[in-house]
Parts: sequence; structure tokens; C-alpha cells
Amino acid sequence: MAISRRTLLTAGAGMGLLTACGSNTGRGDGNGGSGPRLSHWYHQYGEAGTEQAVKRYAAAYTEADVSVQWRPGNYDQQTAAALLTDSGPDVFEGSPTLDQIQGGQVADLTDLLDGVKDDINPAVLQPKTYDGRIWGIPQVVDVQLLYYRKSLLADAGVEPPATLDELVDAAAELTTKKVKGLFLGNDGGAGVLGGTPLYAAGLSLVTDDGTVGFDDPAAARTLGKLHRLHADGSLLLGAPADWSDPSAFVQGLTAVQWSGLWALPQVRKELGDDFGVLPFPKDGDSGRPSVPVGAYGAVVSARSKHREAAEEYVKWLWVDRTDYQEDFALSYGFHIPSRLSLAKKAEKLKEGAAADAVRFTTDHGYAQPLRWTPASQTAYQDALSRIIKGGADPERELRTVVREVRAELDRVEKKP
Amino acid sequence: MTGARQAGGDRSRDRRRALWFWVFVGPFAAGTALFTYVPLLWSAGLSFFDARNTVTPTDFVGLDNYTAVLTDDAFLDSLGTFALFTAFIVPATYALSLALALMVNRVRRAQAFFRSVFFLPAACSYVVAALIWKMSLFSGVRFGLANTVLGWFGADPVPWLATTHPPWYWLVIVTVRLWLQAGFYMVLFLAGLQRIDPVLYEAAAVDGARPGWQVLRTITLPQLRATSVAVVLLLVINAFQAFDEFYNLLSDARGYPPYARPPLVYLYYTALGQGQNLGVGSAGAVVLALVIAVVTVGQARWLRLGRSDADG
Repeated sequence: MAISRRTLLTAGAGMGLLTACGSNTGRGDGNGGSGPRLSHWYHQYGEAGTEQAVKRYAAAYTEADVSVQWRPGNYDQQTAAALLTDSGPDVFEGSPTLDQIQGGQVADLTDLLDGVKDDINPAVLQPKTYDGRIWGIPQVVDVQLLYYRKSLLADAGVEPPATLDELVDAAAELTTKKVKGLFLGNDGGAGVLGGTPLYAAGLSLVTDDGTVGFDDPAAARTLGKLHRLHADGSLLLGAPADWSDPSAFVQGLTAVQWSGLWALPQVRKELGDDFGVLPFPKDGDSGRPSVPVGAYGAVVSARSKHREAAEEYVKWLWVDRTDYQEDFALSYGFHIPSRLSLAKKAEKLKEGAAADAVRFTTDHGYAQPLRWTPASQTAYQDALSRIIKGGADPERELRTVVREVRAELDRVEKKP
Repeated sequence: MTGARQAGGDRSRDRRRALWFWVFVGPFAAGTALFTYVPLLWSAGLSFFDARNTVTPTDFVGLDNYTAVLTDDAFLDSLGTFALFTAFIVPATYALSLALALMVNRVRRAQAFFRSVFFLPAACSYVVAALIWKMSLFSGVRFGLANTVLGWFGADPVPWLATTHPPWYWLVIVTVRLWLQAGFYMVLFLAGLQRIDPVLYEAAAVDGARPGWQVLRTITLPQLRATSVAVVLLLVINAFQAFDEFYNLLSDARGYPPYARPPLVYLYYTALGQGQNLGVGSAGAVVLALVIAVVTVGQARWLRLGRSDADG
């Protein structure tokens, strides 16, 4: 018995050693490059071929041995945690938060865009800029908008809505026993809409000079209208796939759906020409349609042991190699290239709904400001959810939010 | 001579025993210290610092984080959510598992079969069960199971997890937990029931006690006292740890709705989300740990933990 235990122990120790030897660093694929080893993180893109594409780009780089890590799961939380340690990535795609920038966790990449800064879509460059310095190189422009089913609207005698009031009415009219009028995500829209309705009312989340952008009676008026969608029973809730996936729309569970431009190829494949796209409609006299844009940027970790090599690699991939950028944006998923010159040339963006989407983005695109911190976001999103689903008084809810956001803005301004 | 050698042998055997004790216990003790006590103390330390995006902060802020978390409506709400959840799930699981145990205990044939059937859900993961509840049983579209049944009676589909008036999401959260844990506590009650001396029931019958409610109240429940105390304690601790089914039922890529948010979910988003506010998160964790400690000690006192069935 004693012997068998000892054997077991030895075997266990041996296994431990073996595991240690086999530890997978995700490096040394043997393909391409000499020079320093760099690790590059991407979040998991849904579209087939993206992973192979970014690995191909990395392998083509000769100045460093770049290994790509493809990371499923809560990606932003993974990068946030990895930035606390020395074992994080050298380069990663992400949206550095203001606290990460102020905390010196990410590298200043301003010089990488020397001479081409004006060619980057300002809507996605601005949220990567703080104090005049650039902290992430925009990769693509991601756009969210409304998809509507032309045939269903025609059957119900409804015009594509141009104002928020028309959208509320249209959603109610399009709702039948089998089909809901509008899908804004399974939470009723609080998560994905975010500041979009505020911009549609002519307001903003944070003004350019760093004050609360929605301390205005119009904000409560607009957000209150969203509750009507819920109260009327026009919203699809509890669908099997959430808003980012066009399944609910193409399966006919809803007549109108909020989703991303990335869904366009799938929608076109399933529905042919029987769909159109719209910006979030304006509300009130000073309102304007609003289209949220966002993008991950290529970011260099300040803890990288090869920071210069990492910066050069980022410059090579996301500034110099425009052919890769175009391939990345348009060959797999469907995104607008962040370089204006590339977006102008792209054939796929010149006709039909894609062309509409590009026009809306240029005219009405807005990006979440950097000063809009996660804490502000949570406070606002909670209030919006209570307004939409619970019918809470928008004025009272917003008063609390304004107070909390003001405190957050004071906090980030005070920091060095 | 012989005695001295004997003593030497004892000593060396003791040493060898001690060696083996540490070989087997050492790794676990070291693991517990490294992965439980060090993080615990570290977290307590962090709660006095302004620790955003760092675990080695330098900015000492005293009790500011505690003030922040104790004046945060979301945190206080989460404690309220937790209290409500506990107040419901503990008695409900207690009653259901006791009822199941009483029924299974009376079954003459195929008792092992019923015992296994009711116990089986305990082997299922909370995550998997939550996803089944969310995607197929209580899906909000018309072809979800619950909505299909409603449809037979001509009712409109209900978006179970997104309806706050009335709060249907509680139905989903509570039923998944009941299904998962009732079987486990049923087994504990069964063991308790089988330890009750049949003589007591015979004596009661001779004295004219009516079978059913009177016997249950005067014989069975008092005899199950020790089991009940253990079950209630375990249920409360389990309720404190509520995270899995809440997170998997209600969260989405954009966050978590402002209702049914228990403390662990709140702390998860504060400290580990993109906020990475580890100082306030740690302060919340310390407050929560204190609440748990007070409740558990109070409960143990109140239920007079450690008394046996016979004393009851």
C-alpha cells in the first residue's frame, strides 16, 4: 500500500514536470521573422477566415517573431486584467479606458500616425485621443443601425420612420401576434442604445469641454418615449440570439432590428433586396439622426519588454500595409476601413444598403467619448433600463445620473 | 536496552509520520495559504487604497472606499436583492425538499429509483441549467416552452427575463435553483427520517395521535431538528454565493440589468469589469464578508447549532 502511494506520488510529480515542459506560451510557431518575440491579442471575431487572415499578416512581418492569440470570452476584462501583469500581450486590439491611459498602462502612439493622421476617420480617432496624444491606432469603423424589412412595412402601410415618434408608432403598427415591431436587444435597448437617443435629441454624453452633455429637459423627454415602445408591447424581448446577431430579423421574429453593419452580408444573403437600413431617427427640433460608431484600435502595452519593436510592428500593420487593412475590413466581416482613402475606393461600399450605411456614418456618426468612464456608463445604463422597462420617471432618474457623471468627470480631470 | 531501542523506533516512526503528514497536507496547506489567505488579506489591504487598474496602489484613502460603497444605491440594492432572494429560496427549498423526502420515504417500491431521479439535477451545472432555462424553457419568443403552454390558452407570449412588472424574472431564477438543489437536500432529509426510531411512531399511534399533520408536527419535525439546522445553514450559505444562475440568465455583452443583481454580481462588475475599481470592489467584499459572518454566527446561536436530535 505504502509503495503504491509512493508510486502514485512519483507519477504525479512526473506529470507535473511534463506539464511544465509543455506549457503553451502561444509563441514560437516557427513561422516568419527573426528579432524579438511579440504577442498580439485579438478578440474572437465571429466571421470565418478572420483568424487565418490576422495570422497570415503576422507571419508576413519580418522584423519580429509575432504570435497571434485569439481570445474568446470577456475580452475587455481579459485585457484589463492582463495589463496589470508582466505576462500580458505586447500588442492588443482594444479601446483603452481613460484610467488605463492616465495610469500609464498603454503606450503613446502619436508618432506612428505622422503624416497620415488626416486620413483616419475622425469619429474613431477622437475616442483614442487624450490630451492631444493618440493611444490606439483605429483598425476599422464599426457602425450600428436599424435594419427594416421593406415588405413588412409595405404590407402594414408604414413608411420608414424619420423621427423617433414615427418609429414608436411604426413599431406598434408592425406588431402582430407572430411578429414584433422592433428588436433593440433582449434587455429592451438599455445596453446597446446607450447615448444614441441623446445624440438623436441633439445632446451628447460628455461635451467637448468635459461637462455633462445631457443635463437638459430634452433628454428626459426623449428617453421617456423609449418607454412607450416597451409599454406598447412593440419590442421583441427574450430572443434566442441578441441584437448583434441578425437571426431574429432574418427569421421574421421582428420587422425592424438594431444591429451592426457587420451583419449586412448575412442579411443580404437571407433576404436579398427585401431590407433597408436607417440611422436612429432624430427627436425634437434640434435633433439629428444618430449613428454610433466604434472601433477597436491596435494598442501597445506599456509593460511590453519590446515596446519599440511592438510600435514598429503596429505601424507596419495598421498604418503602412493598407492592403491588409482593406482585406481585414471587407473580406470577412463587414466594416468600413478606418482610412478615409480606403473607404472611398472600396467597391463593396458603393451600392445599395452598404452605401447608405457609409453615408449615414459620415453625416451622423458619433463615438462614445473617452471621458465617458465605465462607472458613468453603468449609472446611465441602469437608469435607462429603469426608464424603458420599469417606466421610472426619466427626470428623476437623469438627475441622479447627472450627479454621478459629474463626480466621475471631476475625478478624471483632477488626475495628472 | 530493549526499552531504549523501542523509544528510538517510536521517535523515528513519529518523525516519519510527521514527514508523511506534511507531504500530504503540505501542498494543500500551502495552496490554501497562497490562494485563499494571501488574496484575502491583500484584498482587505486594497480596500483602503485608491486602486484602479492596479493591485499595488500607493494612494491611501482611508475609509473613502467604504463610504463610497455604503452610499452606492446599487450596492445597497444588491444587499436588498440578496435578502429578498434568501427570504424566499431558503424556506421554499426547505419545504420542497422535505416534502419530497417524506413522499419518497413512504414509497414502498422503487424507492431507490425515485431517490435517484430527484437527486439527479444536483449533478447538473448551474451554468448549463441556467442556459436551458433561458434559451428553451423561459425563452421570450413564442416557441419557448412556457410560452407554448401559454399559447394553448390563447395568452400572449411573455418575455420572462425582461419583464419587471410583474417581476417574472424571479420565477425563472427561483425555479432553476429549486430544481438544482431540492434533490440534494431531500437526500439529507431522507437520512434524517431513516434515523427516527419507529417506536416513537408506534407509541404515538397507541396514544391516539392522528396520522398526518399531528404526527409530523409533534414527532417528525422535532426529530429532524439537527438535520434541519444543517440544511438551513447550508441553504443560507449557498444563497450568499448566488452568482452563476443570475449571471448566466441576465447578463449580456453590454452588462447586467439594474434588477436582480446580487452582491457578487455587483462586485464582479465593479472590480473585474472594465471599471477595474479594485479598491471599491475590495471594500464591498469586506462589507459582504462581515455581513455573512454576522448572519452565520447569529444563525448558529439562534438555532443552537450542535445540539443533537435527542435534545430537541
